[in-house]
Amino acid sequence: MNLGVVPTLALVVPKINYWAILPDLILIGGALAVLALSSLTGRRFPAIWYSVSTAFLALATLGSALYLWFDITGKHHHAFVAIDAGIAVDGFSQLITMLVAATLFLVALSAPGYLRREGAGGPEFYVLSMLSASGAVLMGSANDLIVMFLGLEVLSIALYVMAGSNLKAIASGEAALKYFILGAFSSAIFLYGIALTYGSTGSTNLASIANYLAKNLLEHNGVLLAGAALMLLGFGFKVALVPFHAWSPDVYQGSPTPSVAFMSSVAKAAGFAGLIRVFYSALPTLRLDWQPVLWVLSVATLLVGSVLAVVQTDVKRMLAYSSISHAGFILIGLVAANPSGIAGSLYYLFTYSFLAVGSFTVVALVAGKGDSNHSLASYRGLSKRHPYLAAAMALMLIAQAGIPFTTGFLGKFYVLAAATDAHSYALALIAILSSVIAAFFYLRLGVLMYAPDGGELAVAPAVASGSASGSAQAGSASSAAATALAGTELLDAEDELLPVTRKGSWFAVPDDRGGDPILDDPAMAGSGVALVVSGDEAISGEVVNGPGAVGELRAPEIIDVPSSEKAGRDIGAAISIAICCTVTVFFGVFPSMLIDFAKQAKLLF
Amino acid sequence: MFAAASPLLMGLSVSSHTKAFGFPILTVIVAIPAISAAVMFALPKAMEKAAQWLAFAASLATLLCAAILAFRFKAGPTGYQFVTKHWWVKTFGISWNLGVDGISVFLVLMTAFIVPIVLAGTNVTENRRSYAAWMLLLEAACLASFMALDVFLFFVAFELTLIPAYFLIAAYGQGRRGFASIKFFIYTLFGSAFLLVAILVVAFSYQAKTGHLSFDLIQLSSLHLLSTSTAKWLFVAFTIAFAVKAPIFPFHTWSPDAYEAAPTGGSVALSAIMAKLGTYGIIRFDFALFPKATVDLAPIFLTLGVVGILYGAIVAAVQKDLKRLVAFSSLSHIGFIVLGLFAFTSQSITGGILQMVNHGILTAGLFLLLGMIYERRKTNKISELSGLQKAAPVLAGTFTLVMLASVGLPGLNGFVGEFLILIGTFATHRWWAVVATSGVILAAVYLLWAYQRVFHRKAEGENAKVADMSWRERAVLLPIVVAIVFIGVYPRPFLSRITPTANAMVKRALIVGDAKVNQTVTGFNTTITHQAQQGKNNPDPLIKSAHNSVAQNIPAKNNKEALAK
Repeated sequence: MNLGVVPTLALVVPKINYWAILPDLILIGGALAVLALSSLTGRRFPAIWYSVSTAFLALATLGSALYLWFDITGKHHHAFVAIDAGIAVDGFSQLITMLVAATLFLVALSAPGYLRREGAGGPEFYVLSMLSASGAVLMGSANDLIVMFLGLEVLSIALYVMAGSNLKAIASGEAALKYFILGAFSSAIFLYGIALTYGSTGSTNLASIANYLAKNLLEHNGVLLAGAALMLLGFGFKVALVPFHAWSPDVYQGSPTPSVAFMSSVAKAAGFAGLIRVFYSALPTLRLDWQPVLWVLSVATLLVGSVLAVVQTDVKRMLAYSSISHAGFILIGLVAANPSGIAGSLYYLFTYSFLAVGSFTVVALVAGKGDSNHSLASYRGLSKRHPYLAAAMALMLIAQAGIPFTTGFLGKFYVLAAATDAHSYALALIAILSSVIAAFFYLRLGVLMYAPDGGELAVAPAVASGSASGSAQAGSASSAAATALAGTELLDAEDELLPVTRKGSWFAVPDDRGGDPILDDPAMAGSGVALVVSGDEAISGEVVNGPGAVGELRAPEIIDVPSSEKAGRDIGAAISIAICCTVTVFFGVFPSMLIDFAKQAKLLF
Repeated sequence: MFAAASPLLMGLSVSSHTKAFGFPILTVIVAIPAISAAVMFALPKAMEKAAQWLAFAASLATLLCAAILAFRFKAGPTGYQFVTKHWWVKTFGISWNLGVDGISVFLVLMTAFIVPIVLAGTNVTENRRSYAAWMLLLEAACLASFMALDVFLFFVAFELTLIPAYFLIAAYGQGRRGFASIKFFIYTLFGSAFLLVAILVVAFSYQAKTGHLSFDLIQLSSLHLLSTSTAKWLFVAFTIAFAVKAPIFPFHTWSPDAYEAAPTGGSVALSAIMAKLGTYGIIRFDFALFPKATVDLAPIFLTLGVVGILYGAIVAAVQKDLKRLVAFSSLSHIGFIVLGLFAFTSQSITGGILQMVNHGILTAGLFLLLGMIYERRKTNKISELSGLQKAAPVLAGTFTLVMLASVGLPGLNGFVGEFLILIGTFATHRWWAVVATSGVILAAVYLLWAYQRVFHRKAEGENAKVADMSWRERAVLLPIVVAIVFIGVYPRPFLSRITPTANAMVKRALIVGDAKVNQTVTGFNTTITHQAQQGKNNPDPLIKSAHNSVAQNIPAKNNKEALAK
């Protein structure tokens, strides 16, 4: 094949099938329309309209993807390529689109509460999330490496801005910078990988690459392998595979929590969609080369993710490492490299995004104003203060731990079945054992929420059982130091917090067993008393000095909203969490529909 | 269905009269507690009292259904009865597949029997609604595990038991409950990890052979799927999960912590019901799927069982806390069950299965009594208790009876099971039986010693003022006492239903498994297997033969009238 001669052709504009890219059009058009409208009207719309319109657009995207899904899975129809074979409209791409749209919908519902707490009412968050989602959709349906790169960049650049969108928090800026620099670096590497792949196969089209490799045996495939490796690195960065994961805990910790909810599921879905399409569709002939590499990456990701999550004291960092470990699971499907493996990965991605959004939404609510209470200690006794919130969090954690009758278990089962089918018994065993390690930190959070005095293991393992309250004290004191800044901020906001009422919040159902009289009393709470609530005995309290202790104490109360906006303050978040919980349990008990959905989401090639 | 003549299917097929009972009673038995639990979580807090009554009513309804099931259960046939099968996840060949045989029917009955007693007899100080709901969910999960004929269904039900148990310990326990709940959960999850992978390997081996994926136990055990070495590995993987749950000797360390930290109801549920999932899993899945590997590796587990008997008993003797003492005595008793199961004789397996039921009833009684002591004295430390007998004679008397049954006094239920186990084991594994018998003596040592320290001696301080059992508490323990005496005096209704299944199991292991066992079997056991083989098509002589042989070989002085029949 003579690659040296560049044919001189007039630029031919391909015929554009607008139906095929309808979901993308809705997202991009919607984003621009919202942006334009808000600029033209001078932000006169109440902030809630941005959320509602984004949710509506997300549903429209979901509907259009569903339409395309039924179109291509119907009896006389089949998947097709569009726009000069740059876009593949197949079950796979439509499933990714639906996943992204569903995540967008949930985040759009839960964001307004957060934005209002932070005093940021503008449309930027929604516009950026829609643009980012359009990039993810593009990545999911890309049938060409250039289109893939386009999607990756649209997805990423919007995410960088979302990570830094909390202008008040230094951590947010740090997260954005870190994410941007590393992300830009990985994009460049990815692009170089595309170039090398193009150089050795003569095409950027995935189907052409696969065809070319199927028909020709490369005598020296070093360049192609290097290209594949660099592309793997690019994707690996996006989905946070070990060893390309270092950015993720920092970015998760620093970014605004709704942005984290969004990126943890959308970026992961898009990255895996690209990874699967490139390696499974375009490079199946190299399988024997990439399979062992992915095996190693998968094992490393599983183990590093779960082991490092155990030692985290910040819930967002913990969930970041847990999401790394989940990435390891999703990768198993691709390592298995059989159709049921791909279906398993898709199923895992789909159900995991609900879990991620659900848990991060709870985290955002617990974090309260300032988005700062992420220490494990903020969750101490949550079940007493906010039973529904605690129950939702417990469900999300149980599902992530892979306990039956949740989608989390079936996801693990699906990929493990694929691995067993491919005779990768060792991988299956390592994966399931790593999920046992992971169960530890999910359970630890559960114990903190449900057994505040019995959770001494959770914060200070060395302390003997006799001094439960003492160790709890130590726990809160140590994390108090970490959140000292938060403490002072909270004190500043005290005036706004005082009129808090339990009835004001959707979650804070009045607790007639009378959770904790002192905690309930804002006047007492303001006086710097740190409390340890013990299950059946009386409440023991101890005065602790320092603003951090106050921050610890006040943390939970901030979930309740100021009385001025009692009604409906967090209804959006509540609906979002409720949807996540419902999906998790319903499809955990009646799994057939979703499992077959993932099975039908086949790749075109 | 399947050809009944195939030796592979012996005792595993679906009984022919299954269709006679149109009502899906097994599904109902699982559904009642499961749905009630869901309803109770949804009930508002204001209806806590109503929720408690609802829970109790639901558990009684479950018991009623389980009792109907036990009465309608045909004693003769060896296969599964009342089978219901519906697709659940068709893509994976997973079905909602329930059925009972002579083993599971009594475990179902025992579970349904204990839960209402626990609900009536234990109390928590707060959030009673969730407490009862968790208890019912635990019951549903255990019942589903006992009746599941689909390996996947078994696994999910087996795993689901962790959630209610975790919350029961973490939210309602005492002492180091956070630590204990996590330790228990992680330990069990660790075991299940191997189980899940092994289940997948078995299912995909079946797929490789037949072309379709299935998790149906009957289908999976109907073929020679696995090479001998693979089967051994898988057997080990399965058995680790069951050994952790039971717990069998080196895997037991979670249990004293969990039993101690759990509330009374939680301890009962953990030790009486959930522990049986482990031993049940061994019988149901190890024996069915890997008969040869089970027979080959039996000596290891026999040894672990004996070590467990002695170790549990010795460690129990030096415990300072009564709940930990019962936990270790439980380890010792589970050791007997393991011994019985792996000795592979008709009597020992029958005894093992009966002992599972007995152990459930006995530990339930013991933990309930300890709960009553705890309510009065707010401690279970032996050093702080003394002379309770004076102030609470009824409590002491009931404790004595339950304790003596646990020691294995003739006429009470513990004796029947342990005796059958020992005599069955003696036939094939003489020395194991001889050593294990000393466990009976040790049981008398640690229980009587503890009894002496707690109930005898001089009552000092608070101990002199404890209240005796209230009428409610007496009503709670009455069914347990009745069951202890009834099984001890008249075990026939139980044995007549367990024995055919146990016989079929031994026979299957002899044919499918290893001829080695056949040679080592001596005396009356050979007769059993011979008779069993002759009576293959006619279940009745089978039972008779089993009973005759039991009767012949039990020394007359110990022979309760029931056994003689």
